[in-house]
Amino acid sequence: MNPTPASVTQAVLARHATEPGALLPILHEVQDALGHIPRDVVPQIAEGLNLSRAEVHGVVTYYHHFRSEAPGRHIVQVCRAEACQSMGSDALMAHAEHTLGCHTHGGHGSTSADGRYTLNPVYCLGLCASSPAVVIDDKLHARMTPAKFDKLVNALGADA
Amino acid sequence: MSAVTVYVPRDSAALAVGADEVAAALQAECARRGIALNLVRNGSRGMFWLETLVEVATAQGRIAYGPVEADDVPALLDAGLLVGSPHALCHGLTDQIPYLAKQERLTFARMGITDPVSLADYEAHEGYAGLRAALALKPEAIVQQVLDSGLRGRGGAAFPTGIKWKTVAAAQAAQKYIVCNADEGDSGTFSDRMTMEGDPFMLIEGMTIAAMAVGATRGYVYIRSEYPDAIATMNEAVARATAAGHLGDNVLGSGRAFQLTIRKAAGAYVCGEETAMLESLEGKRGIVRAKPPLPAIEGLFGQPTVINNVISFASVPLILARGATFYRDYGVGRSRGTLPMQLAGNIKHGGLVEKAFGVTLRELMFDFGGGSATGRPIKTAQVGGPLGTYLPESQWDLPLDYEAYAAVGAVVGHGGIVVHDDSADLSKLARYAMEFCAIESCGKCTPCRIGSTRGVEVIDKIMAPPSPKHNKPQQVQLLRDLCDTMVNGSLCAMGGMTPYPVLSALNHFPQDFGLANPDRQAA
Repeated sequence: MNPTPASVTQAVLARHATEPGALLPILHEVQDALGHIPRDVVPQIAEGLNLSRAEVHGVVTYYHHFRSEAPGRHIVQVCRAEACQSMGSDALMAHAEHTLGCHTHGGHGSTSADGRYTLNPVYCLGLCASSPAVVIDDKLHARMTPAKFDKLVNALGADA
Repeated sequence: MSAVTVYVPRDSAALAVGADEVAAALQAECARRGIALNLVRNGSRGMFWLETLVEVATAQGRIAYGPVEADDVPALLDAGLLVGSPHALCHGLTDQIPYLAKQERLTFARMGITDPVSLADYEAHEGYAGLRAALALKPEAIVQQVLDSGLRGRGGAAFPTGIKWKTVAAAQAAQKYIVCNADEGDSGTFSDRMTMEGDPFMLIEGMTIAAMAVGATRGYVYIRSEYPDAIATMNEAVARATAAGHLGDNVLGSGRAFQLTIRKAAGAYVCGEETAMLESLEGKRGIVRAKPPLPAIEGLFGQPTVINNVISFASVPLILARGATFYRDYGVGRSRGTLPMQLAGNIKHGGLVEKAFGVTLRELMFDFGGGSATGRPIKTAQVGGPLGTYLPESQWDLPLDYEAYAAVGAVVGHGGIVVHDDSADLSKLARYAMEFCAIESCGKCTPCRIGSTRGVEVIDKIMAPPSPKHNKPQQVQLLRDLCDTMVNGSLCAMGGMTPYPVLSALNHFPQDFGLANPDRQAA
């Protein structure tokens, strides 16, 4: 039987039953397992921790890292912080938006219409002496150029 | 022939330029040639323009090659990399590379030299000498050593570390906590990341010493989610230290307990503020708490808590091992010891430079950094992260210490230096500072939550084409008034210091705002 979001969440809650202040580790594990934190599991987490649904919803939506919607099949993050700006990250972000068909606004990312890519701005990856930096599906890449970016995106394969 | 030892860094700045591919190519090519290879994945030396920096152990010492790409490996082996032969990418003995030779590496003494997750390697390089010395002392004597060293918080606020510890030590409670703030969100900073990835036992040892000094038995390291490699390395190091009895119920056989847990943050910049971080550790939204009470009295779960930055804790083992005087003898004025500074942004030779306080920005940017990466003139550098000021050339010869910087309204912060060339538009960077504050504000206090959005709007009006509706001098005055409200009315540094980059941009680079007459009010 395939695990359901509810069964995954139940297992995560059981693992952290005795841990003080466990909400963030729980949300991380749920998102790592499911790709996002479905709205349906929020009441379940709230009940498991004896919190209100509003408290759990508040935490999920407060932190940039947590997602309530399923992301695209590939997640691309482009650093927007000052060090990367000094090396042309604004132009790189514009290039990424154009290439991937995504539009970012302020701190918010977006997913392309075909569900292939999610593009997120990120505020510092700690690679500030090798700017600009991006992350493509959990892999870091520094000293990025539009040409190198296209090569990496093409390498993701046509079908994925 | 015995196996040749070759070092390929595992630091994420090396991984991001292909270090894993270089390591795999070395292994494959050596296997093909029937050469026995002892591959060590070390931390980074902190010379990021040379990454991937491959080092080979020779009778003369370690010899450096870089920047190496996987495709270079066969030719490097042909040229005699394994015996340290010359090559276009060879830089000779690593220790004699001027960038490293000119530094004063105390905290970063082991960085890039050891295998980060080898406890044996750590102990062979003075590791755990500090904790062993501490365990022979009474707790108050440990605190006294830290006080005498003059160590101040390296996270940015520069509060004397020993005074924090003394407060927690004096507090009465059944449970006390040690919390390491590893939410290194400032652009241009990576010394915490390097420490966690490249010398994690040093941080663990420093936190353990703090626990012994104040009587805490539990600790947390709160690490940014943007640092997955640091989280993985810290988890591995904690597991190894626990297995070896360096953490756990009986630290080094002392009969004292210290349990350490790694916690992953979730991408909120404001959680670098210590009370917001405590809220986050408790499983809540990272909303700033009003102070008092101080975390040293009522911190995590309401209990007395020592909160220090990674580099503050990491500085402690050496202080205990070599004595407070040894550390205090470095530095100037009330800024004692060394600071691992981070040269970042548009800089030719970016990386980690640990020097005693008192070095100048000009020395760092030109003697170490070699000027801009683009080859264009340097216009300014922002020191101390996104809440630090932009320093014009007239301030590049100031000694880098807490007091000298404070005297001109600047901050040393966490020691991050982001260099910009003459193509930078300071009005855009000022607008970005306000925009960043609007995105990252926790929302608790009005000057930060609303002021940052109004700040973006006012800067847009200043930069708009002249119109009867927007009188430029009036809008500039409005921006100054707004900044005054934010500085004096915000609950924490997020809103309180966002005006630093904004006003320094306006004061030192008025031409970028279309203002003809330089207005040199202090930032």
